[in-house]
Amino acid sequence: MVAIVRFPGSLDHASAARAVAEAGGTVAWAWHRDRELPAGTASVLLPGGFSYGDHLRCGAIASRAPVMDAVRAHAEAGGLVLGVCNGFQILCEAGLLPGVLRANRTLSFVCRQVELEVEDAATPWTAGRPAGARLSVPIKHHDGAWFGDPAEGRVVLRYAGDNPNGSQEAVAGIANRAGNVLGLMPHPEEACDPLLGSVDGRVLIAPLAGAA
Amino acid sequence: MTRVIVTVMPKAGVLDPQGQAVRGALAGLGFEGVGDVRVGKRIELLLDGDDAVGRARAMCDRLLVNRLIEDFEVDVEG
Repeated sequence: MVAIVRFPGSLDHASAARAVAEAGGTVAWAWHRDRELPAGTASVLLPGGFSYGDHLRCGAIASRAPVMDAVRAHAEAGGLVLGVCNGFQILCEAGLLPGVLRANRTLSFVCRQVELEVEDAATPWTAGRPAGARLSVPIKHHDGAWFGDPAEGRVVLRYAGDNPNGSQEAVAGIANRAGNVLGLMPHPEEACDPLLGSVDGRVLIAPLAGAA
Repeated sequence: MTRVIVTVMPKAGVLDPQGQAVRGALAGLGFEGVGDVRVGKRIELLLDGDDAVGRARAMCDRLLVNRLIEDFEVDVEG
């Protein structure tokens, strides 16, 4: 069962749930005030949005919400955790992933399809796709420039071609050292239906849905 | 009650796109000799009880500041 965590200001939970269901997974909802994840949770997804209105710093207030203690315990026990966009920002602010997301270099909101290149293919997230494989997935964010020390984690995805937001070393998605926690700014849940032009996002949603 | 002022600034050496945008806008308005602009924020805390500064520092560590990209100063007003 995939627990999708909602915070006040989460936006992309519905498309995330649709993508998980399409991948054969079952969705359970968690709320920011919950102290435990739903019974039977095998993996966790923190969806995109603007939790708490991005006040103070994006993801900062959500990262201190009660449910995050349960997410941390799940991650420390080796469970899969995927953070998309605001979910990525929350995981960084929570210290579950290295670095932090800053405003795009241009200070513009960027909304477009991007090409990603798989770098570290040895995490659970890109199984079946070798290093160098390309994925076409959309981005939509204002604060997507990752800043930190890549050596503190594992760079799973980089932007191929031009760097859309000024992210350090073109990091698009980074995992913790163990590899079970992944955060990325692109939206795989918006690239699971042929109607949307690409189904490459299924690669990143399938591990969540397939978790025992 | 103690009024504590927390000043949060982008860390030296960290690119500050907001400051750069303001600098560009000032130049566009004809202001000359603007070497650098950095944009931060001021947080005012009205605190009851002892050790207001120590508690404000703890709040900075737990929530108010991200030390990867920000520096801060804590001052007591008055």
